[in-house]
Amino acid sequence: MYLDNSATTQVSEEVFEEMKPYFTEEFGNPSTLYKYGRESKKALNQARQRVADAINAKPEEIIFTSGGSESDNLAIKGIAFKLAKKGKHIITTEIEHPAVTETLHFLESLDFKVTYLPVYENGIIKIEDLKEAITDETILITVMHANNEIGTVQPIEEIGKIAKEHGIKFHTDAVQSFGKIEVDVEKLNVDLLSLSSHKLNGPKGVGAIYIRKGTRLVPLIHGGGQERGIRAGTENVPGIVGFGKACELASQQLEEHYEKLSSIRDELIEKVLSTVPEAYVNGDREQRLPNLVNFRFKAIEGESLILLLDAKGYQASTGSACSSNKLEASPVLTALGLDPVDVHGSLRISLAPESDTFDIDEFVGIIAESVARLREMSPLWNQELDYDGVMCSKHGDDCRMC
Amino acid sequence: MDYSEKVMDHFANPRNCRKMEDANGVGTVGNPTCGDLMTIYIKVNDDEVIEDISFQTFGCGAAIATSSMITEIAVGKTVDEALKISRNDVADELDGLPPIKMHCSNLAADGLQAAIENYKENNQ
Ligand SMILES: Cc1ncc(COP(=O)(O)O)c(C=O)c1O
Ligand code: FES
Repeated sequence: MYLDNSATTQVSEEVFEEMKPYFTEEFGNPSTLYKYGRESKKALNQARQRVADAINAKPEEIIFTSGGSESDNLAIKGIAFKLAKKGKHIITTEIEHPAVTETLHFLESLDFKVTYLPVYENGIIKIEDLKEAITDETILITVMHANNEIGTVQPIEEIGKIAKEHGIKFHTDAVQSFGKIEVDVEKLNVDLLSLSSHKLNGPKGVGAIYIRKGTRLVPLIHGGGQERGIRAGTENVPGIVGFGKACELASQQLEEHYEKLSSIRDELIEKVLSTVPEAYVNGDREQRLPNLVNFRFKAIEGESLILLLDAKGYQASTGSACSSNKLEASPVLTALGLDPVDVHGSLRISLAPESDTFDIDEFVGIIAESVARLREMSPLWNQELDYDGVMCSKHGDDCRMC
Repeated sequence: MDYSEKVMDHFANPRNCRKMEDANGVGTVGNPTCGDLMTIYIKVNDDEVIEDISFQTFGCGAAIATSSMITEIAVGKTVDEALKISRNDVADELDGLPPIKMHCSNLAADGLQAAIENYKENNQ
């Protein structure tokens, strides 16, 4: 049972069917004028309309990209470079996706200043903190809509209002929220918004950025003038077609999926918390995605739990897919102010519309059994262990954790 | 994670994983902030031979597997022989570890050393 849909999802049959002709018969370059090109162009336009409709935008405000990471890079660097003369201050949060955080680190190396708003135990920023952070130099606010590790949803509407009042550009990464909760660029008051196709049963390597009419930015990829000169390169037509279809399906079924997923999620939370001792939910219980829950279990380490669950046929993760090959504690969970030991005991379950077939009771039983087993092995469970004095320095130079 | 079959076996069926009440040497190493913490218990007899050894570990699959493996390597050895068990020995016996997890075999070797040092202190 695949329960890691925040990492990526399976392309749905309908999406795949829609894509197929654009690999073979309809292979034309959309920039050409003869029939093949015209067919591809038509398909691009249709997809653009579908994406625009899904977020209440106009088609000319949608630029296709290679995915969420590129959209984040384009939004942030594009605005920073465009407005650098006006100011060099950017405001963000402590829990952004690396596509945002690393882009900002890069800008810091170019003398931009970045304020990282704290999130509190609930994983949500405080509007007061944002107001205080704004200066005359602030050119951009970038705050994610929903977090990929803990699923908490930020008050984007309100942030957007404040940004507007101050004449500051506002970007949100809606990669995780899109298709799960309503994403309406008018209601959210955003100037720029990032989307990715592979989180909503569309293909990988394709996404889009919404750029509000009148918002100017510097392109990342210069070239043949595709996508109104904002993103050069011959378009990934099959991918874009698939993305368009995925958007259409996701928005048609948004409410139905919301009901279904949030009821599975709530049952899962209720059963895990009542079955497993010392189990907690990371992040706010109300302001969250319907399809994601991040649990924390005392005295055990997440990777070993993932391995035990995998052996029983359940694929989940500790947090973000990106971090599973790194050893650092999750910056997102650390930002919640958790004890460092607790940061390592996380389990992220993320559902997709097709997850309704799984047996929650069986799954919770397996979690309980696995957690109990790891706790039996753990020197931190039911024992007074003074680990403050335990050395770290004895490890070799190759220890990448310190 | 690309773990060898041996690592997965020692993770899924750890050998000698328990608290030892009558140990005469105990060592704890690691750093819970980094995500692993290991306690090694040894019982050394009058001939300086490690008669019994066990562990408890909070950590990833590799940390549990290396703890389990080092108990198998060390049991029956004299403390001086056991002190020579190197970090690489543990990884080699497990048919290797992913590079990013090599520090876990350090942890196991260090844990055993710490337990032996503790035994020596206790017996001075
Ligand atoms: C919040 C968020 N932003 C950006 C991305 C990157 O998207 P992509 O994989 O399409 O580059 C992801 C997922 O990987 C994400 O969860
Ligand atoms: S875990 Fe920190 S030094 Fe090894």
